[in-house]
Amino acid sequence: MDFTTTYVLLPTAKIIAVFIVVLLTVLFLTYAERKVIAFMQVRLGPMRVGPWGLLQPIADGIKLFLKEDIIPLKADRFVYWIAPTISIVPALLSFLVVPWGSETTLFGLAKQPVPAVISDLNIGLLYILAISSIGIYGILLGGWASNSKYPLLGGLRSAAQMVSYEVPLTLALVGPVMMANTLSTRGIVEAQKGMWFVVPQILAFLVYIACAVAETNRAPYDLPEAETELVAGFHTEYSGMKFAFFYLAEYANMIVVSSIATICFLGGWLPVPGLSFLHLPSFVWFALKVGVFLFGYLWIRATYPRYRYDQLMAIGWKFFIPVTLINIFITAFFLLK
Amino acid sequence: MSHAQYIPLLIFLVIAILFPLVTLAIARFFRPSKFSKSKLSPYECGIEEITEARENFNVRYYIVAVVFLIFDVETIFLYPWAVKYRVLGLFGFVEMGIFLLILIFGYVYAWKKGALEWE
Repeated sequence: MDFTTTYVLLPTAKIIAVFIVVLLTVLFLTYAERKVIAFMQVRLGPMRVGPWGLLQPIADGIKLFLKEDIIPLKADRFVYWIAPTISIVPALLSFLVVPWGSETTLFGLAKQPVPAVISDLNIGLLYILAISSIGIYGILLGGWASNSKYPLLGGLRSAAQMVSYEVPLTLALVGPVMMANTLSTRGIVEAQKGMWFVVPQILAFLVYIACAVAETNRAPYDLPEAETELVAGFHTEYSGMKFAFFYLAEYANMIVVSSIATICFLGGWLPVPGLSFLHLPSFVWFALKVGVFLFGYLWIRATYPRYRYDQLMAIGWKFFIPVTLINIFITAFFLLK
Repeated sequence: MSHAQYIPLLIFLVIAILFPLVTLAIARFFRPSKFSKSKLSPYECGIEEITEARENFNVRYYIVAVVFLIFDVETIFLYPWAVKYRVLGLFGFVEMGIFLLILIFGYVYAWKKGALEWE
């Protein structure tokens, strides 16, 4: 294959495919969220639009598209306008290094199978960590630019929470990297052919799950949007498509952190041990594992009450960081020859 | 040609930025836009605004930001070490032990000084 095909044409095809899949997943994740929580609370959830309310997310999308775009008079117009974009772009860009399967021909587009990842960077994991941190700016700037009390408080809380939980999250991922000896996402998955990293790295895995929920501002750590005290947090003043982009970014980030958990701890696209006789395509395994995480998100939201802010900060700094440091020491000790 | 791996990143960046911009631009032709002073005033649960939003806020937010800055840089230092750990062996173990001890010393100091408290 020549240079243009390898580095321009095929990646572009993959980008468009990933883009469409991510947007569709986000769309039906919002539907799944309402439906799952409804069933857990013995309700029916959306039932009116389409069979079993299946067209509800599309109706919501059209509604948001046609809504008036309100910019408060006191708002900083440029920052107010650019904040949702800063929020959504890093959430989408994270998918650059997410390997959704072993190899693919892209429905016959490629002549021979190519790796099922847009670009297999050798610093893959570091790239995701770096690019997903930029999303914090979107929330902080959105809250500040609104020039209103609730969004400002929500934005500040959000920034403090996300930076606090980024430290234990980053530390938790050091363990799998030590065992895989690479930062490439494909390399990490391939290193788990013998055993999934969830077994030796169980401490890191548990801390990672807790921190991932906090990083994405989801219940029970959804303090930035605590509706009982802050109305809607940083996006109180936003309406229409700008609100939709914040919403999209939140759900896309949920998929990103679930994908990282799958890649680093649950063997990515590798089949579940003992079930490899099913011969399912690799992307099905990957989707199933990510799906389990996303369901876990909804389950947690329906089960646990919201944390108090001082408890949230205390558990992040005083419990998760020591645990991850201990995990690094244990891993280092056992890898020592 | 390892740098060529980043060409897809540039393509993706352009597509990702165009997506919200184009959607917002198209929505302009469909959405209503009716000016009204009370609609465009800051949301205050229906009550008229008394004070400005941008006032002093808790100094804790700054302290968290400063502590985060130190810790995040140090955690990123762990990554190159983690990748080459099996090659470094005992030398790497001792070196990182010293590095982490200094980090833990700072952590204990911040804890004792009350930088991690939130009341």
